Amino acid sequence: MKTTTGMSKLHRTLLILCGLAIVAVIFLPIWRIELDAAQYPEGLELQIYSYKLAGQVEIINGLNHYIGMKTLHAQDFIEFTVLPYIIGFFALAFIAVGLSNRRNLIYILFFAFLAFGIIAMVDFYIWEYNYGHNLDPNAPIKVPGMSYQPPLIGYKQLLNFGAYSIPDIGGWIFILCGIILAYCVFQEWRQSKKQLIA
Amino acid sequence: MELKKYLLTGLAAATLFSTFQACKPKGASEAVSGNAAEKAYVAPGKYDEFYNFVSGGFSGQLSVYGLPSGRLLRVIPVFSLDPEKGWGFSEETKPMLETSHGNVPWDDLHHVQLSKTDGNYDGRWVFVNANNTPRIARVDLTTFRTAEILELPNSGGNHSSPYITENTEYVVAGTRFSVPVDGESGDVPINTFKKNFRGTLSFVSVNKDNGNMELAFQIETPGVNYDLSRAGKGVSHGWFFFSTYNTEQANTLLEVNASKNDKDFVLAVNWKKAEEYLKAGKGRKVSGLKYAHNKYDEKSHTSKTEFKTETVVLTAEELEGLCYYIPCPKSPHGVDVDPTGEYIVGSGKLAALIPVFSFNKIQKAIEGKQFEGKFGGIPIIKYEAALYGEVEKPGLGPLHTEFDGKGNAITSFFVSSELVKWNIKDLKVIDRVPTYYSTGHLMIPGGDTKNPDGKYVVAYNKITKDRFLPTGPELSQSAQIFDISGDKMQLILDFPTIGEPHYAQAIKADKVKDKSVKIFKIEENTNPYAAKGEKEARVERKGNEVHVYLTAVRSHFAPDNIEGIQLGDEVYFHVTNIEQDWDMPHGFAVKGAKNGELLIMPGETQTLKWVPDRVGVFPFYCTDFCSALHQEMQGYIRISKKGNNVPLTYSLGTNLPQETTN
Repeated sequence: MKTTTGMSKLHRTLLILCGLAIVAVIFLPIWRIELDAAQYPEGLELQIYSYKLAGQVEIINGLNHYIGMKTLHAQDFIEFTVLPYIIGFFALAFIAVGLSNRRNLIYILFFAFLAFGIIAMVDFYIWEYNYGHNLDPNAPIKVPGMSYQPPLIGYKQLLNFGAYSIPDIGGWIFILCGIILAYCVFQEWRQSKKQLIA
Repeated sequence: MELKKYLLTGLAAATLFSTFQACKPKGASEAVSGNAAEKAYVAPGKYDEFYNFVSGGFSGQLSVYGLPSGRLLRVIPVFSLDPEKGWGFSEETKPMLETSHGNVPWDDLHHVQLSKTDGNYDGRWVFVNANNTPRIARVDLTTFRTAEILELPNSGGNHSSPYITENTEYVVAGTRFSVPVDGESGDVPINTFKKNFRGTLSFVSVNKDNGNMELAFQIETPGVNYDLSRAGKGVSHGWFFFSTYNTEQANTLLEVNASKNDKDFVLAVNWKKAEEYLKAGKGRKVSGLKYAHNKYDEKSHTSKTEFKTETVVLTAEELEGLCYYIPCPKSPHGVDVDPTGEYIVGSGKLAALIPVFSFNKIQKAIEGKQFEGKFGGIPIIKYEAALYGEVEKPGLGPLHTEFDGKGNAITSFFVSSELVKWNIKDLKVIDRVPTYYSTGHLMIPGGDTKNPDGKYVVAYNKITKDRFLPTGPELSQSAQIFDISGDKMQLILDFPTIGEPHYAQAIKADKVKDKSVKIFKIEENTNPYAAKGEKEARVERKGNEVHVYLTAVRSHFAPDNIEGIQLGDEVYFHVTNIEQDWDMPHGFAVKGAKNGELLIMPGETQTLKWVPDRVGVFPFYCTDFCSALHQEMQGYIRISKKGNNVPLTYSLGTNLPQETTN
């Protein structure tokens, strides 16, 4: 027998599994920017983890000096110190909500997770904007009106480089967990309405 | 009437002329058939199936071609200076060309041997020989660079080299010119050849893990000319076969005097027996020698020379069961062992047949003492007792034989200018194809291994004549690729080579390509003069030596303004390429440098010594187009009079001294 405030077993299990998956996200690359150019048929990639940058950061930094872009250094990003804790918090929150068996908590979790996703993307966009626009006026290559902001998601041509910005494995886990959460919320909400009518 | 008669006569003459023309054998241009281009075609951006390592002869270099396209991939400097790569010009590479004679910046590179494991190529190293000042070099196939060069004492003309055993236990070197042994006792009249000249066979051991070579021992034999050699394999593993000529022991006009004997010898050496004799203490320690051993280290990016003084010598005449002669017709050149190790093919340069010896029969002949006497104290096995059979009328002047792995051998003929395919078992000629012109060595990928890849045969020709557009009196030599996958050998491509190609070998690209180094890790650079970042870039004076620790990165040097150098100073530019990106070398050149340029790979440090000869300001720049701002990659160094008070300064990005006069 279900109580009016409880959740289905399936949803609770899913939430706990999502929580465990999110723990893994702390250690996995979340986002990637792939760069292609005639001179780099093998491609260059920048991987963004919760706590560091990886991939060919040095090579990309070396190339960026031509257009006067600031070099990328993990220590310049406050995000890399905060993000693992936030992700850890959400992992625990997913598990806690799953264990708690209280329907109203899943709504809170959903909105918090959604807000986090939006804020993270906005933050990412701001960083991209700053890096793409705040260029050294002494840069060797200056193209009037040109900025080098990578795409938030998707593909964009930046001079001779094609930049392709997509979630990496950690990001996909995050998205998947979001979808599962949304599904659970929706089902629980329907269930609660049914119970209300009944 | 008269007119008709003339016309008829004219017509008859023309017919006759054209008939004679038709009788002439068909020219080379007609020898290429239908789908040849397709077979040699490797589409742009696609890789070749094989790496072909081709000796550069008197260029002293080793070239690397792709097969079947014949595209030149790389020229590896070995025994000769290479201004393109700074080889022999940089302070780091100079010791590689060191010998007991001093720095010898050239040699004659003849033969190529890929390292083997279990009788097959393992893709680790390539060994090559220096024919003039006897040396063996090892090229590393992760970097395609010369890693080691070992000089050989008691030798003159290292020709039958660097043939290797089936697990690369030994690389051998047989002296082409017998000579008196090294040292003061070598000052003898030339016409005492028979008495004083010795034929030394050097056995160089190869370290399984790092490839390092050591002169393990030498076998001293009667003075003759050693031409080529091959290790036994499979059943004949443990034996080595050397072809000899000048068993007449002539010391003048060899063209005539060394061609008198109907048969010279193949020398069979039981090197396992040699090891036993060494263990038993039968080796004679010889000291007072001097020979150079040069090694290049890819961590410090520096080479070092060590002079050795000793070796152990086994005297062939005194040690029973070590060496046997097998008579072989007409000054044999190549001596080649088939994939099973059972058949040994001798190729008399002036012969019109090819003898094939049987290892099994040789063993039986030794057991049964089927000897026909001795030469210089070493038993001669009876020709018939060792012979498996002869290939009749194969052509004129056989030189070398390779094997296709399908039971056939292909032999090159210099005089009759052709390749001839014959069956090893029945010794019947199967196919022949003309070559343009006068083939020396030939090569089937894996053709000297237990498992040849009988898809192509390449002929390396000595004469080129009209094969390519003329380039004055000096022509490149030509190589020709034949498809041998079918019944008939089919010419599919000609390609020009560097220097004179002698032997070559080819290996499946898959065995090498994925091990190729892309960059050197800067944090692993242990060169004492490395500057591992612009923060470490500096200039230091030590007496009259000035050391410039320069970094190179797209697209500047640090520092790029240097002052305070005086005439009489020796300037050492230690350039570190701090890039860590693939295919991003930088070059370095400074005006008036008398030695050459540097070409520095990512993560590497190389040093150019520069002794300024006048006062002034001298530009230096990057020579390898590195980036869109390559033309901006430059700097200045100011040279002042001796005793001048210009302080030693260096900078990047600031104008020092600031717009003042000084």
